Amino acid sequence: MSEGHGETINVTLKVWRQDGPDATGRFEVHHQAISTDASFLEMLDVLNEQLNEAGLEPVAFESDCREGICGTCGVMINGRAHGPQRATATCQLHMREFRDGDEIVIEPFRAAGFPVVRDLAVDRSPLDRIIEAGGFISVNTGAAAEANLTPVPKEAADQAFDAAACIGCGACVAACPNSAAQLFTSAKVGHLGLLPQGQAERWSRTESMVEAMEEFFGSCTNHGECSEACPKEISLDFIALMNRDYMKAKIRNRSLAGQH
Amino acid sequence: MSSPSPVTPRLDAKVPVGAIADKWQNHKFSMNLVNPNNKRRFDVIVVGTGLAGASAAASLGELGYRVKAFTFHDSPRRAHSIAAQGGINAAKNYPNDGDSVHRLFYDTVKGGDYRSREANVHRLAEVSVDIIDQATAQGVPFARDYGGLLDNRSFGGAQVSRTFYARGQTGQQLLIGAYSALMRQVAAGTVELHSRSELLDVVKKDGRACGIVTRDLLSGEVTPHSAHAVVLATGGYGNVYFLSTNAMMCNVTAAWRAHKQGAFFANPCYTQIHPTCIPVSDDFQSKLTLMSESLRNDGRIWVPTTFDDARPAADVPESERDYYLERKYPAFGNLVPRDVASRNAKTVCDEGRGVGPLKNGVYLDFAAAISRDGLEAISDKYGNLFDMYHRITGENPYEQPMRIYPAIHYTMGGLWVDYHLMTTVPGLYCIGEANFSDHGANRLGASALMQGLADGYFVLPYTIGDDLAGLLGQAVVPTNDPVFTEAVRGVEDEQKRWLSINGTRSVDHFHRELGRIVWEYIGMARNQPGLEKALTEIPALREEFHSDVRVLGSAETLNQSLEKAGRVADFFDLAELMARDALEREESCGGHFREEHQTAEGEAQRDDENFAHVAAWEWNGDGTAQTRHREELDFENVALAQRSYK
Ligand SMILES: Cc1cc2nc3c(=O)[nH]c(=O)nc-3n(C[C@H](O)[C@H](O)[C@H](O)COP(=O)(O)OP(=O)(O)OC[C@H]3O[C@@H](n4cnc5c(N)ncnc54)[C@H](O)[C@@H]3O)c2cc1C
Ligand code: SF4
Ligand code: FES
Repeated sequence: MSEGHGETINVTLKVWRQDGPDATGRFEVHHQAISTDASFLEMLDVLNEQLNEAGLEPVAFESDCREGICGTCGVMINGRAHGPQRATATCQLHMREFRDGDEIVIEPFRAAGFPVVRDLAVDRSPLDRIIEAGGFISVNTGAAAEANLTPVPKEAADQAFDAAACIGCGACVAACPNSAAQLFTSAKVGHLGLLPQGQAERWSRTESMVEAMEEFFGSCTNHGECSEACPKEISLDFIALMNRDYMKAKIRNRSLAGQH
Repeated sequence: MSSPSPVTPRLDAKVPVGAIADKWQNHKFSMNLVNPNNKRRFDVIVVGTGLAGASAAASLGELGYRVKAFTFHDSPRRAHSIAAQGGINAAKNYPNDGDSVHRLFYDTVKGGDYRSREANVHRLAEVSVDIIDQATAQGVPFARDYGGLLDNRSFGGAQVSRTFYARGQTGQQLLIGAYSALMRQVAAGTVELHSRSELLDVVKKDGRACGIVTRDLLSGEVTPHSAHAVVLATGGYGNVYFLSTNAMMCNVTAAWRAHKQGAFFANPCYTQIHPTCIPVSDDFQSKLTLMSESLRNDGRIWVPTTFDDARPAADVPESERDYYLERKYPAFGNLVPRDVASRNAKTVCDEGRGVGPLKNGVYLDFAAAISRDGLEAISDKYGNLFDMYHRITGENPYEQPMRIYPAIHYTMGGLWVDYHLMTTVPGLYCIGEANFSDHGANRLGASALMQGLADGYFVLPYTIGDDLAGLLGQAVVPTNDPVFTEAVRGVEDEQKRWLSINGTRSVDHFHRELGRIVWEYIGMARNQPGLEKALTEIPALREEFHSDVRVLGSAETLNQSLEKAGRVADFFDLAELMARDALEREESCGGHFREEHQTAEGEAQRDDENFAHVAAWEWNGDGTAQTRHREELDFENVALAQRSYK
């Protein structure tokens, strides 16, 4: 480990350009010299600065926190959602993961549910529709009981947290050959379904969220690519849990309404 | 420009009478109510869906108001609140260590260096306990002990453990709670959600706020929206420095455009520096990353005793290391408050003793802690932070000390609001970090999340009703009224203007240059010549910006440079006001350190006789100096005292 500036490498970027949702896209090639200390998105910032200088429109891409927590960023890098590094969102990836002379193909998240907005930016709003369908606990402001009235076993709280860590980036959908949103949906179902507070609506929530998901996204055939791409390493176990709850919910909600 | 401003009438915050502990309870009873059936006859606009905005929009929707919520993000869940790590304060006193509403109130007033409004702070401390109940009921997975009860820790030098946390992702979990409450109301039809919509103007009719104008960031369409009241929850302005720990899109535009419509802007010079961030590494740096304050519990801060020492840390013998905080502040050592730690880091770097390739950092060294507690114990506590540091810098903090430097983190200044959280424009409210709020000249750790949610869940939903009750039966101003068509035209013209300049440099270029000036002269330490310099350099650069910026593309598509152009223009105006505010505040307090005003030991020296007031600035039109109004602060419950950390 040295204390010093990173070295400069030369990379060839093949960047997807698309003027709008209905336009046809194309790859554009740029040769870029960049310090290995730069983050991947700072490398795109530098490219954009140069394009602007040359009178060419900058590449549209999205990011906000640049700390791996808001879920705004996300592109395909050499065919992989969020790129080569495990458990790392695009904004946390640094150029020291690349070598001099590398060719880097940069595309938007590609999924049936995520239409391209422009260049590398896509529309992920269907994920909000899934939450809207039931990804909450129905408690009005002011109606909450004293927080320590209901102890929550530490294991349950920890597991719920593992699911709640999802940042809603949609990489799981982009990585899936079927554009399925099972990992995202199951993370929310798992988060709320594992907590005592979430029990009252557990079955109705699972049913309506799964059905909203199916409206927008493809179906899961257990490839597991989603969890591989996930920057928060959300476990496939949550999908299993959601499937089990969904089966139960179907039976309960139909025949035993009000009796669980 | 810098001649002292004339004394104007005292601003009235409309604080209710009575004992501090009874004010809010009594006031809630005396406010006008809107009966449940009538609430659906009122339209309320909420701009921003961070903790403050999402909690407000959800709560207003639950009450039955017709709410329209706006965010420029693609989803409400992406607001900058999501990035908060450390935790949220509440006076629950679960650890039985002597906390109380009064102690939280007292600590907040003192921590704010006696520059906040007592009545608001007390109310904040009162409702803090309800926030934890609400969030827990929503499913926020706060840390728990083995008995399954909520766990607390001490944070930011507090002497009691009152901070609730959810691993290092407290902001994320609280925001997901507020966001899901909001989406529940969207599903219920009480809230209409407009994402990717940016507020570009606030509209008034007969002196009252009657709506807003937004631009759809995908189609470029400019649209008027009318309502009986408008709430801004649009966050802080730390990005005026270009480099800060704030998310890339944080900006002052909503607050600033409201300011131009008559909302006073209070204490713009109160900005907060966080001492433990990763230093700047290169010219292309786009933002700074915060390393949690908790690291100072085990890390020792030092620089070499000699100047321009280029040896790697390991080669600097113990006798040639200066543990300057431990040396100067034996009682608090590495745990002195944020502002003190920050200024001392600046001093040693300015002296030429900074470390790292750019000599712009100080060491935060864990070697002693690792040999004392073992590698495993340290990795259990800080493993994810060490990994994050490693990923960003390529250096392994288990093997060599971290390098840290202060960065801008939070802004205490913002739109002035009264006890009801209403700005000086009737019908226009401001909540969360965007208002000048309850933190005075300095915010305590874990208190911003508390304030945003207090405003949104438990204060605004009451106070707004008092005002709306008087409007029953009145229709909203129709969006074809001339006030709206003019505002829409103004926004459309602005877009065209940016696209037509066709200069040579990018928006980011100017933003970066502006940030350099603001950091240099209105950053960690300020003085009169520097501030005067800022007051000539900022307008000069602004002129260049308006004539030489190059914004390509069209206004009818997603155009990120175009979005940024308007935001940076507002930052220029804000920066100028920050310099003026800092110049006129001839004292040091909290995050505002004037080098001319320090004690013999180099600590901040307040001037309570002349400056125990809020400075609230009134816009008088482009190119005209703003008027400085004052709200006098009365301290009836907390005695003024000088801070000392020796
Ligand atoms: C790295 C970091 C760590 C932090 N950690 C802590 C902590 O541990 N504890 C603590 O208490 N505080 C912490 N803070 C501070 C705290 O996170 C913020 O002060 C707080 O979350 C702000 O919330 P908000 O709702 O006021 O604004 P934000 O969360 O910033 O939300 C602003 C909203 O307004 C919208 N918006 C803005 N302008 C417009 C416009 N013109 N048109 C439409 N929409 C607009 C945005 O889309 C967004 O939805 C931290 C801050 C940082 C930077
Ligand atoms: S499950 Fe993982 S990949 Fe999918 S949205 Fe959540 S964080 Fe992103
Ligand atoms: S920009 Fe926030 S997760 Fe990448």
